[in-house]
Amino acid sequence: MDTGPAVAVHGLRKNYGKVEAVKGVEFEVAPGEVFGFLGPNGAGKTTTISMLCTLVNPTGGSALVAGHDVVRERDEVRRNIGLVFQDPTLDGYLSAEQNLRFHAELYGVPKGVVAGRIRQVMEMVALWDRKDAKVMTFSGGMKRRLEIARGLLHSPRVLFLDEPTVGLDPQTRSAIWGYINELRRLEDITIFMTTHYMDEAEYCDRIAIIDHGEVVVIDSPEALKASVGKDRVQIHTGDDARAIEALRERFGLEAAVHEGAVTFAVPSGEEFVPRLFAELGMPITSVSVSRPSLDDVFMSYTGSTIRDAESGTDAMSWMRTMARR
Amino acid sequence: MTTEAISVRIPARGAGHDLRAIKVVLHREMLRFVNDRTRMASMLLQPVLWLFVMGTGLGSLVRGSIPGVDFRTFMYPGMISMTVIMTGMFSAGSIVWDREFGFLREMLVAPVSRGAIVVGKCLGGALVATGQGVVILAMAGLVGVPYSPSLMLTLVAEMFLAAFAITAFGVTLAARMRNMQTFFGLMQMAIMPMMFLSGAMFPLANLPSWLHALTVVNPMTYAVDPMRHAVFSHLDVPAQDNAALNPGVRWFDFQVPVGLELGLVTALGLVLMTAAIARFRRVE
Repeated sequence: MDTGPAVAVHGLRKNYGKVEAVKGVEFEVAPGEVFGFLGPNGAGKTTTISMLCTLVNPTGGSALVAGHDVVRERDEVRRNIGLVFQDPTLDGYLSAEQNLRFHAELYGVPKGVVAGRIRQVMEMVALWDRKDAKVMTFSGGMKRRLEIARGLLHSPRVLFLDEPTVGLDPQTRSAIWGYINELRRLEDITIFMTTHYMDEAEYCDRIAIIDHGEVVVIDSPEALKASVGKDRVQIHTGDDARAIEALRERFGLEAAVHEGAVTFAVPSGEEFVPRLFAELGMPITSVSVSRPSLDDVFMSYTGSTIRDAESGTDAMSWMRTMARR
Repeated sequence: MTTEAISVRIPARGAGHDLRAIKVVLHREMLRFVNDRTRMASMLLQPVLWLFVMGTGLGSLVRGSIPGVDFRTFMYPGMISMTVIMTGMFSAGSIVWDREFGFLREMLVAPVSRGAIVVGKCLGGALVATGQGVVILAMAGLVGVPYSPSLMLTLVAEMFLAAFAITAFGVTLAARMRNMQTFFGLMQMAIMPMMFLSGAMFPLANLPSWLHALTVVNPMTYAVDPMRHAVFSHLDVPAQDNAALNPGVRWFDFQVPVGLELGLVTALGLVLMTAAIARFRRVE
């Protein structure tokens, strides 16, 4: 078995008509790593993952997954990867076990190990006792767990998870992270995932921040947080525009409105707050100080919070929808 | 929980793997069908209505002109083909359904050839449709058709060929379709004229030449005629009635033999299946 990177991507590009969805990304993922692709909706995460999974042909550049070229050795790549999509791809009319059996046959899992392996992956996601139930009776979280089990059934070397926890309640989300951690302990597997939840990105060994089709930075969550180094202060005032101006004039700080509050970064937030109240020269109704999070990392590299970036795309897609009518 | 992971090594792709894929796609088709009683019943309702309501009504009208034969006996092979064709089309339509509900993706990302998936789907649809046809076959006695083993076997084989061709046709249609409504609209549009022009509902003898031309180019004609031929060869029908009700298909002065008709249906099925595979290969 080769010991090269699990995923190696060079200058990967994808255009849809005139739109450049992915603009030449470069990165490598080491075997055994949990690698996170972090960015707002519409940043190019799903397009990139689709190219790596051989579902979409790249416009340019190259990508190797488990040592195989995604264009020229498509079947080899497919044999070595497991996929969990954003949207469910289960047959609701079949039982959970029948869905997995279908997958085993389709992937050519050796007959002797099918039954044992199905049981193992289903126990892992705690669904073995529901194996005979029709999938249409499952909740969203159970379906996602079953899809993860199915993605693992043929012992892939790289498991791709496209937004594995989107739309799930917090309890199910943490359960899914439990399985992923368990999985790393048990199997020799590389996990490549996309997410737009900042708190989840912290579970990754390394994170690539992607925005507008480009990789902005790649590093471990700790290193990324350290690189920002400043606390985030958010204040609510009666007049945000005046507050921003006052911050610039009196403290030389660049502030902007994010998530409805005047937001800025200072080296040590707690010590700054008393000065702020004394010198701003206008009333402040509330204040919050937070240690740097991945959200701040995202903000410092892209200039917007992930939620702002998303509401921007949402507004744009909404306008496009309206224009089409 | 087991702590030792069962590791799976997937062997390189080969004919055996494709065969397993065909089998499992086919198996799923059967499971889906058996689980869906409503669909089974609704697929039977229409032919049964035609046969026993329409057939009885029209039969009393035409009794004078065909004294030796019950009109329902005449319609019987036509209704077998109708059942088979509707069930086959419906099976093919499930591809659109699978696409809408995402399951098609699970099949298309697997390391198997698109061909294996299409072949499995066509054979599965054909088997399911044949199974449905067998239910109509069981009603033979009600319309005066004998339960002769050789007749039953011939009909089952002919049903399978017709079902295979129509499923392949449906899969070709469904290959690019994203919406169930569009598929069913198109299916109705294709099936109604094919049914009317196939000799399933009225004999093809002594038709005006324009209508005759249409029945000859209709592929379904070649699926219905062998079944009628099989049924009539097991009945005691006066020669003159046989000529009126079971005239066979003529190309100008050439009487098309049953073997050639079946060959045509098979060839058409294979051509359509190849087309379906080609269409699926291009989908991305």
